[in-house]
Amino acid sequence: MDIKDIVKEENLVYSKTNLMTNNVLSYCPGCGHGTAHRIIMEVIDELGLQSQTIGVAPVGCSVLAYDFMNIDMIQAAHGRAPAVATGLKRTMPDKCIFTYQGDGDLAAIGTAETIHVCNRGEDITMFFINNGIYGMTGGQMAPTTLEGMKTATSPYGRDLKKMGNPLKITELIAQLPGTYYVTRQAVHTPAAVRKTKKAVFKAFEVQKEKKGISFVEIVSNCNSGWKLPPVKANQWMVEHMFPFYPMGDIKVDGHLVNSNKAEVKS
Amino acid sequence: MGELKLMKGNEAIAEAAIRAGVDAYFGYPITPQSEVIEYLMAEQPENRTGMVVLQAESELAAINMVYGAAAAGKKVFTSSSSPGISLYQEGISYIAGAELPCVIANVVRGGPGLGTIQPSQADYFQSTKGGGHGDYRLYVLAPSSVQEMADFIQLGFDIAYKYRNPVMIQSDGMIGQMMEKVELADQRPRWTDEEIKQMHDSWAAFGKGDHRERNIITSLDLDSSKQEKHNHHLQAKYRKMEENEVLFEEINCEDADYLIVAYGSSARISMKSVDLARAKGIKVGLFRPITLYPFPMKQLNAYVGKVKAILSVEMSAGQLIEDVKLAVECNIPVKHFGRYGGMIHSPEEVLTALENLIKGE
Ligand SMILES: Cc1ncc(C[n+]2csc(CCOP(=O)(O)OP(=O)(O)O)c2C)c(N)n1
Ligand code: SF4
Ligand SMILES: [Mg+2]
Repeated sequence: MDIKDIVKEENLVYSKTNLMTNNVLSYCPGCGHGTAHRIIMEVIDELGLQSQTIGVAPVGCSVLAYDFMNIDMIQAAHGRAPAVATGLKRTMPDKCIFTYQGDGDLAAIGTAETIHVCNRGEDITMFFINNGIYGMTGGQMAPTTLEGMKTATSPYGRDLKKMGNPLKITELIAQLPGTYYVTRQAVHTPAAVRKTKKAVFKAFEVQKEKKGISFVEIVSNCNSGWKLPPVKANQWMVEHMFPFYPMGDIKVDGHLVNSNKAEVKS
Repeated sequence: MGELKLMKGNEAIAEAAIRAGVDAYFGYPITPQSEVIEYLMAEQPENRTGMVVLQAESELAAINMVYGAAAAGKKVFTSSSSPGISLYQEGISYIAGAELPCVIANVVRGGPGLGTIQPSQADYFQSTKGGGHGDYRLYVLAPSSVQEMADFIQLGFDIAYKYRNPVMIQSDGMIGQMMEKVELADQRPRWTDEEIKQMHDSWAAFGKGDHRERNIITSLDLDSSKQEKHNHHLQAKYRKMEENEVLFEEINCEDADYLIVAYGSSARISMKSVDLARAKGIKVGLFRPITLYPFPMKQLNAYVGKVKAILSVEMSAGQLIEDVKLAVECNIPVKHFGRYGGMIHSPEEVLTALENLIKGE
């Protein structure tokens, strides 16, 4: 059998996402960023929103998202994407605006912008790539780094007494009246990808209805920062990240789902 | 003739922004310029023109809201005062790097640190030499009256869009707080989406149509050779501004033996000092830079061989004086005078400084 026998319409299981450019991804092989990009672009394509959408990607490994996403894009300063998105949405209320931020970006340097954009309930969608580390700068500790996790700036493991606790920013913003849909997903298996895609659809629908913030956290791997090969990194993520950052919806239609109500009280 | 009103400088600049057809104002309260956002909130321009006014959670957020709206080709105005402008610097550097037009007003107060809420001109370096990181320049206008506070809004936007560059209006607590008669321009309509598309489709990020490639607003280029090229492009733009956009005023300079160089409030005060000196028979003129960047280098240099000495007057410990010295290339003796830390010099104090200069003290 040669290649011509294989490349046939009926054998097609997947084709390049329309709204991804032909530029070679700058991400490490196996990194979740690329998959997350693809899902978001697929949904924008399927909703026919290309001409209506402006994405904001601040500093982090995804700072070059504009090289890959074939829509109008704005590169923002570290942590400031929510403010940039506010400027866009307030002056163009009918356009579709999203941010795409890392955990260092969204939960450390940009915490104030994150909380206030959520508290104002701006009609934007936020994608939050939580890999528990600063990928871009070489694997330093992030606010989301787990207890005991080794990074370049916690070489003996994160010591909670010295370095503070991992921050569940997503649960935190879910408490604010300005957030309408808050969910935590992953992209490490086909099943997870399908669920994430559904969440992304929902998030953009919420924005269209102008109900406030739609927020999709994607717990993702950072093979380079975690110093693990891709498959092992995903295993490590399932075993260590998921128990602390549990998968699923946190707030739907403006209401906290039950498990999260309980967690907040305890 | 436009509508005449008695207004504070801060109110005049806010009203002028509405009338200039500005799309959005983002800001954060700080004395002595909070009247700008207070006026806008009370005026509810969303009902007059559709202009958006939003109080941000910080200056960091405010300047990045400006960045976002300006990226879409919208006319954006913001204002703050010194400590807030310090927080703006990161955003200003990004705005300059990404070549976005906007107008930023700094109603300067005394520093450093929390300083004082009284007027000062100690942010000259920050405005003209790049307070943020990287090789960039702002076009800096220095109003010396409430009228100019209002007029420089439209002028500022004209320049901002002509060069796709941020414009700074640097006044101070005196100009911001004092009341004067001001003639207001007639209301200009805001640009429609269609107009923005026609004018800014080549660069602005308001949604990619099928007819063009995606627009990217960024200041990043990891390829240093490209970043250098971008820097060359920025520098060429600044040289063009230096060539074409210098503004200044000369008062009683034709027969002058001595010059006072002063801008903004200090120029206002020094005008009186010139009168006092002239009454005493001292032939002194006032040279007022209206653009602090580009500085009127050639225009001031023209006094080489004509005047004996220059007194550089500013409400700071000596920032303007560096540009004055650069302009005259050490061919005229230049001395500094100024009160600072929130203190305002009197016309008499300036006169005494001038007399001391003449005596060679
Ligand atoms: C003001 C500022 N401080 C620090 C940096 C350096 N920096 C770049 S990316 C980054 C961390 C990014 O981590 P995260 O947001 O988690 O994104 P990731 O790379 O992990 O996807 C830092 C600290 C910067 N660019 N700007
Ligand atoms: S450093 Fe980590 S987050 Fe960045 S591309 Fe590589 S694997 Fe992905
Ligand atoms: Mg990260």
